[in-house]
This record gives sequence, C-alpha cells and structure tokens, in this order.
Amino acid sequence: MQFDNRDNSRYQTFTRRAALLGGAQALAFATLAGRMYYLQVLKSDEYRMLADENRINVRLLAPLRGKIVDRFGRVLASNRQNYRAVMIPEQTDNIEETLDRLSRIVEITDYDRKKIMRDVKRSPRFLPITVAEDLSWDQFARVNVNEPDLPGVQPDVGETRHYPYGEDLAHVVGYVSAVSEKELKAAGKDEPILRLPGFRTGKQGIEKTFDKELRGVPGSSHVEVNAYGRVIRELSKDPGQPGKEIVLTLDMDIQEFAWNRMKDESASAVVMDIHSGDVLSFVSTPAFDSNKFNMGYSTADYKALLDNIHLPLVNKALAGLYPPGSTFKPIVAMAAVDAGIDPKETVYCPGYYRLGDSLFHCWRHGGHGNMNMHDAIKHSCDVYFYEIAKRIGIEKIAEMATRFGLGQTYDFDIPGAREGLVPTPGWKRAIKGESWHQGETLITGIGQGYLLTSPLQLAVMTARLANGGMAVVPRITRAVGGEIIHPAEAAKIDVDPKGLGIAQGGMDGVMNEIGGTAWRSRIPEKGMHMAGKTGTAQVRRISRAERASGVLKNEDLLWKQRDHALFICFAPVHAPKYAMAVVVEHGGSGSGVAAPIAHDIMYEVLKRDPTQRQAYMPSEADPNRGRG
Amino acid sequence: MVDFSRFTSGRDMRIGEKLIEFNWGFLLLVTLIACMGFAMLYSVADGSLSPWAFRQMIRFAVGAGIMIIAAMIDIRTWMRFAYPLYAVTFLMLVAVEFIGLRGMGAQRWLDLGFIQIQPSELMKITLLLALARYFHGLTLEEVSMPRHVVIPVLMIGLPMGLVVIQPDLGTALLLGAGGAVLFFAAGLRWRYFIITGASALAAIPVVWSRLHDYQKNRVFTFLDPERDPLGAGYHILQSKIALGAGGLFGKGFMEGTQSHLNFLPEKHTDFIFTMLGEELGLAGGIALLGLYFLVLAFSFNVALQCRNQFGRLLAIGVAVNFFFYIFINVAMVMGLLPVVGVPLPLVSYGGTAMLSLMFAFGLMMSVYIHRNVEISRGPTAFW
Repeated sequence: MQFDNRDNSRYQTFTRRAALLGGAQALAFATLAGRMYYLQVLKSDEYRMLADENRINVRLLAPLRGKIVDRFGRVLASNRQNYRAVMIPEQTDNIEETLDRLSRIVEITDYDRKKIMRDVKRSPRFLPITVAEDLSWDQFARVNVNEPDLPGVQPDVGETRHYPYGEDLAHVVGYVSAVSEKELKAAGKDEPILRLPGFRTGKQGIEKTFDKELRGVPGSSHVEVNAYGRVIRELSKDPGQPGKEIVLTLDMDIQEFAWNRMKDESASAVVMDIHSGDVLSFVSTPAFDSNKFNMGYSTADYKALLDNIHLPLVNKALAGLYPPGSTFKPIVAMAAVDAGIDPKETVYCPGYYRLGDSLFHCWRHGGHGNMNMHDAIKHSCDVYFYEIAKRIGIEKIAEMATRFGLGQTYDFDIPGAREGLVPTPGWKRAIKGESWHQGETLITGIGQGYLLTSPLQLAVMTARLANGGMAVVPRITRAVGGEIIHPAEAAKIDVDPKGLGIAQGGMDGVMNEIGGTAWRSRIPEKGMHMAGKTGTAQVRRISRAERASGVLKNEDLLWKQRDHALFICFAPVHAPKYAMAVVVEHGGSGSGVAAPIAHDIMYEVLKRDPTQRQAYMPSEADPNRGRG
Repeated sequence: MVDFSRFTSGRDMRIGEKLIEFNWGFLLLVTLIACMGFAMLYSVADGSLSPWAFRQMIRFAVGAGIMIIAAMIDIRTWMRFAYPLYAVTFLMLVAVEFIGLRGMGAQRWLDLGFIQIQPSELMKITLLLALARYFHGLTLEEVSMPRHVVIPVLMIGLPMGLVVIQPDLGTALLLGAGGAVLFFAAGLRWRYFIITGASALAAIPVVWSRLHDYQKNRVFTFLDPERDPLGAGYHILQSKIALGAGGLFGKGFMEGTQSHLNFLPEKHTDFIFTMLGEELGLAGGIALLGLYFLVLAFSFNVALQCRNQFGRLLAIGVAVNFFFYIFINVAMVMGLLPVVGVPLPLVSYGGTAMLSLMFAFGLMMSVYIHRNVEISRGPTAFW
C-alpha cells in the first residue's frame, strides 16, 4: 500500500533521528552527572570550607577590665554600668523624627546628630547604633517609659571604666581612653581586640603599666550569619578571662587625706614604708579627672587643663624636678663623716662665707655663730655646709647622693619618672664643655645649683637614711592577679654608721629641739615623734643690689618667682617606719609651708599605722593562696 | 506487520478504555519528581508548607487533572485544533505587546481577569501542535522542499520575534530550538541545519550588539564567574559553593547553610537544584536526574511506538522541550551555562510552567493512548 510505504520512509528517518536525539540527551545527562561529581566529590572539601567561611563569623567579646584596689582592698578603679540608648535603624521609619523625640529626654547636639547619621550610613541597618551614652538613671528611666514613642530606640546597659576617687588618684591609676591610631598601627594584626568598638586602653599610670594584665583575655563567639551579616545563632562561645586585679601598696585613707590637705596647692607628696618601699600615698596636685578622660574630655575642659599654670597633667611626684635645697644637707653631712671630718668640729658662721672675691650668704642674716654638724643640720646653717663641701669636694657629695637614690629612676610602676641630676665636674665638662668651679661645690653643699631631684627621689633618700642605710626601692604594686609580689631584699649602702647617726640625730633636732627649724611642726605625742629636714629652694637669682636693700619677701613676689618649699621626714624617730617628702611649688619656706603639711599627713599615717594592719589578701587566681 | 488486534483506526475508544490505557506509572513518575520539589520548597520556607510548597501541590494537582483531560481527548481532535490553537496563542502574544503586564522588566503576562497567563509558555506547546500538524501532511521528500521549509520557519520565527521584543531571549531561543527539533525529527536534510548553524554563527556579532546590558553581563559572568564575586558572578559562585559543600550525601534535609542563610539567590525557583544538591548531595541530584531520564525514556518510547506522524512529532517535541529545560537549568546552576531564567521542570516554584508542562504531558499521553490510530496524510481527512 502506497500510503504505508510513504509513512514507512518517514518512520525510518524519524526513528534514526530520534535515536540521535536520545543519544545526544544521554550524553548531556552524562555531562551533568560528571560536573556534579566534579563539584560535589572532587572539589567538595574546598567548597565546604568556602561555605563555612561564608556562614561562620568570629566575634570578639571584650573581657571585663581588671580592678585596681588599694592595700586594704578598697576599689580604686572598676567598671560601672553605663546606661545608654541605642537605635536599630531598620526599626524606625524616620530616623530624624525619632532623634527629635529622643532629644526631648536626652540632649542631642548637632554634632552628635551628625555622628549618628554617619554611623547609620556606615553600618547595616539591623545593627544597633549608640545614640546617647552615660545617661542618668532618671533619663534612662524616661527612655524606658517612652520606648513605644521611640521606634527603634532601645535602652541598653554597657560597661565603662569608673574611678570612684577621680582626681585624688589620677596621677597613680592614670586613665583609659579610646584606642589611638598609633596603638592600632603598632599592634598590627596581633591584637584584634583593639578594634572592638568602644574598647579602651590604659594611657597613663597603673592603667598603662599593667594594661595587658588588666585587659584580660578576650573571649570569642562563633556565630552563624546570613548573607546580610545578620546573626542567626551562636554556635559556640568562649567567655574569655576577665582582666587581672592589681593590688596597690597605697592606703586610700592616707591618699585621700593627703590630697585634701594639698589640693589647693601646686604640690606633691610621697609617703613610703622605709623597709619594704611600699608607697602609701602618692599625691600630685592639681590633677585631672580620670573619669572624664574615659568618656572623652570636652574641648573646653581640656583646654582649661592645658592652660592651668599649675600643670595638672604633670605628675609632679616623679616628673617634677626641684633643687632639694637644705633637705640635701644630711647627705652632705654623711659624705663629710665618710671623708673623715669630725662631726664635733665647729665652723663659725658670721652669716656669709667668702671664697675668693665671692660672698656666699647664709639664710640667717646675722649668722649662726659656732656650729657643729648636729647643730648645723638642726639650724640648717648654710655656712657650715659651704665649708665642709669645700673641704670634701664635689665628687664625694655626688657619690653619697647617688647611693641614697638621687639622680636615677627606679623600677617603679607609674611611668614617666625623670632622673633629675646629681652634678659632677665630669658631667659639666661633657654637657656644658666648661670646667667645674669651686663655688659650684659650695652651692651644691646646700642643695642648690645644678642639683635636681624629684619628690619620689627625696622620699627614697629619706627612707634609706631612716632605715639605717638600706637601699630600699619604692614600689606601688602589691599583687597582680592574686600573685603577691614580695619586695626585693635591699642592699646595704656603703656609709659610715656614725654619719648616718649624725644625720638622723640632726633631723631629730630639727623637729624636737627648741630652735630647730621645724620645731613648730613637731608631733608631741609619745611614740609619734618625727624627724625631718626643711628645705627652701631658691628659683631666682638674688642680685647684690637687692641683698643690700633687703631681700624681698616671698609674699611680695610673683607666684612663679617664689621659693619652692620642701620637707623630708621620717617617723617614729627612734624606731622609724615611714618616710615622706613634700614639695610645694613656689610655696615659700620649707618650715612655714611644707613642714605643717608633712606634719598633718605624717600624724595621720602614724595614727593609722597602715603597715601594721592586716592587708587585703587577693585570692582570685588560687583559692589556697594567702593561707600561708 | 502492524498489530490491529486491540484498536483499529475505525473504532473510537470509550473513556473507560482510555483511562485503563492511560499510563499511570508515568503519572507516578512525574508525581515523584514533583514531590522532590515539594520537599525542597518546604525546606526553603524553613519547614513550612507556606508560602510555596502547598500552593505548588495545588498547582500540581490541577496540572494532573489537565494532563488526564488532555490525554482523554482524541489525538485526531488535537490535530484538528492544532492550527486554531496556534492562531489564538499567536494573537495572545500580540496582545501582550499592548495590554500585557510587566514583570521583572519584561512584558510577559496577560491578565484574563480570572487568571494571568504567559502566552509565550503556551506558545511552546501550540507551536509543537501546529508544526506536527504541518509536517504530518508532508512526505519525507516534501519536508526538504524550500516552499515547505519556509512556512514552518515562519510559524516558528513570528512568535520568536514577538517574544524577543518582550524581551525574553531565553524563551525565544527555546521556541526556536523546539521548532528546530521538529524539523530534525521530520527528516529535514542535514544541509539545512549546517547552513543555518553557519549563518547563526555569522550573525552572533549582530545579535550581540542588540542585546540588553543585563543579557551581555550574563554572558560575561558565565565566562568568568569569579570576575566579580560580589556582583554579577555572585550567584554562580554561591551556587557552586553550595553544591560542592553538599558533597556525596548532602548536609541533610533543611540543613543547607548556603540556602537557609540566603547566600543562595532564587532558591525556590531557578536555583532549586542547587539547594537539592546542598541538602541531599550528589545522591539526591543523581536521583532526580535519574527520574528525569525515565520520563524522557518513556516519552521517546511513546514517539517510537506511535503509528501516526503527528503523534510521533508531538511526543518527541514535548520530550525534547522538557529535556532543554532540565539541561539548561542544571547546567546553569553548576556554572556550565550562563544564568538564564529557566526553571527546573516540575520542581521549581511557578504556576504557568507547571501547568503548561502538565498539559504537554497530557498531549503526549494522548499520543500514547491513541498510538495505534492511523491518520492519513491528506488535508481532506480533517476540515
């Protein structure tokens, strides 16, 4: 049948071509299967890693910064709750309007607003942005109550550094503030924690020295995020370790007392335990408020700090350098005894001393008459010390000064100490290129001239003198993270005990014998007698004309030209425990200004007698620690 | 040696007979594939039937109904209505140009009040009907005669042109490819294909210059997906990561991180195969491809068994169209082809594609049921 034949040829062609199509399809399916095998088996590990990289995000958790406490465990720096308002941009339709409403509760300046709008643009819309920080409880409560009217705004509580004593301790604990660009650069990729928003690092004082210890170990949270970075769930969490607790040797009661006593002056004082070197009080006035640095000083406040002529940003106790004046005389006395001078030998003081053409004046216009070494210390006779300084020479004086801790820094945990200067002919030749004059030996003998010391050095000098010539070094850290640091064994200083006795006795006389320069500031209570030495450091040159017409009184001089008032002391006089140095910048005379301050503070120290009390036993690191 | 023992061209089957003859195994096969789709849509919605899985089930059920009804209708009736159906669809394509709804930057949808339809989807099927009808009336020699080539080329080219200006290049190419397959199966001489292929290659520069930017970008991105991992290449890269991370047996149902954390785009539609590969692994992917392969094998078998040219061409046309979708979609998500908006048949979420495919399967089933019907070539037999 023709019909069938015609269809047959079509059918045969169709069958052939259908087979071709089927074959092509089978081939295509094989290709797909092969590709799947390649992706899902051969390259699976690689892609699995990429998938995990996609979804897993490691977020650092800032550890709680360690506390700083005093020797009795009183908190000097801790973390306080910071009431904030945060806003999640995606939860509000109109950010500007929300901010307007919020500003009825909390002040939002134009500057703040600009900053907020910038943050909004920068970060994903589901991440909270801090819109107001450090709210009062009242403001915080109002934000809470008004939440329904503030779409997207949520009350939030964060942690921020808090210094309960503010200014009183600013020069000891220092402060923390936002991480600087420099720190970021220095750390490179090593310390990702620095990049956490709101992270603070120690910038001064103990906060700076022990920054690493206080910081703790950052925790981490592995979170699963979606393609937009939103956290879906937490996969694992390592809370990290809070920072270590730092225990200071300070007694906050004494610190506060000393601060209050001196806060109106431009002054500094250091109180030390003469055996262990424990610093019990470390004051420099005026100061700044550590809390304000943490939250960011306002421009006006910071400018006021910079403009203040009393330099509140300078830690005068270790970076303020002053001629020691007469407080240096006990050193000269000991050097003289070492050099073989008989302390009983007297020098006649007519009120001046002639060296060649030059006249060197004693502070007492009419002179002291015949002076032995004890009396010369007690009355602070300048002529006596001109004479013996000339006899023993500058080298011996400088040596003794160095042995007692002047002209050097110690391994002390508050950064910023300055060396000061104990001058020698060698130094003068090297630095000034001039030879040493004998007149310079004379004025060094009364603690003037090139000699420069810091209050910390003077306290160390006094402690070494009081403890019988042991080279104690000051320390302010008692324990770090529960580990108690024991003071190093002090070395014996090479000094004639007889000279040491004369120096101590002379300082006893200064306070406890009628006619002593600090008799008026003595402590009369039995067992609390203290020994001391006044010092008045001249900061200007008195001309011959002025001397002829009568030396101007300090009250008549500009503040900057007045003498520095100094005082060093130790107590109790016959069984010493504590040593102290006080320097009042441009305060006038040592006996009139510095000695009364020293009296008040030392009296308080003796009454509290902090080293005899049970100190705080840190035990965080190991519960068994502190038993022995 | 034709077997007339059961059915002859002389006697029409009753509905009951047709229902028995209906290949229910095939429907089961198709249902299995659709179920894999339901499972994936359930997973995309994080373990919820809404918004996708349930609606997809409804559509599949409706589709199955359409398939059965289409299968019941006599193949000769379909043949009789082939041209009118084509004409109506063509008019709808024209209408879309004027009153069509816009979606995704292209004018593709026609709103008929009670239903929105995509005429271009319908055109894929009615074009097959019309071409099969046309080639049915030609002898093998006539197929390759120029005047008989021109008419089907116009039948393919006119709707293609309309779809291109929607613009929907992907569908237009699929229309062209579907038409070409029928030419091939009808026995058009090889030289036509060679000439067309050569001139198509020559035309590439011209076409390229007229492409939209997004179309050009897709090609660029295909050529080098890592070129801009956060930009245009993102989809392909994330898709490959998802598949690769799935490994041999997958991360587990509903456990795919790439898809559930939204690294994967369009995972309920075009990239659903990726999600399947991530959650069920190579095993799941091969299983799905295996099921597809069975569908294709059945369809080819229908075509080869059929005793009329119209049915053969229709069946093979449906099968190859179905294959094109699978291949383009799967090859795309694995980075073998540029990203084009082609869904994975029976699995991707989408109503029109599902319904029109089930309709096409219904036509094929009609071919199967009426495979022994002989139809004369002459146009006088109908009309």
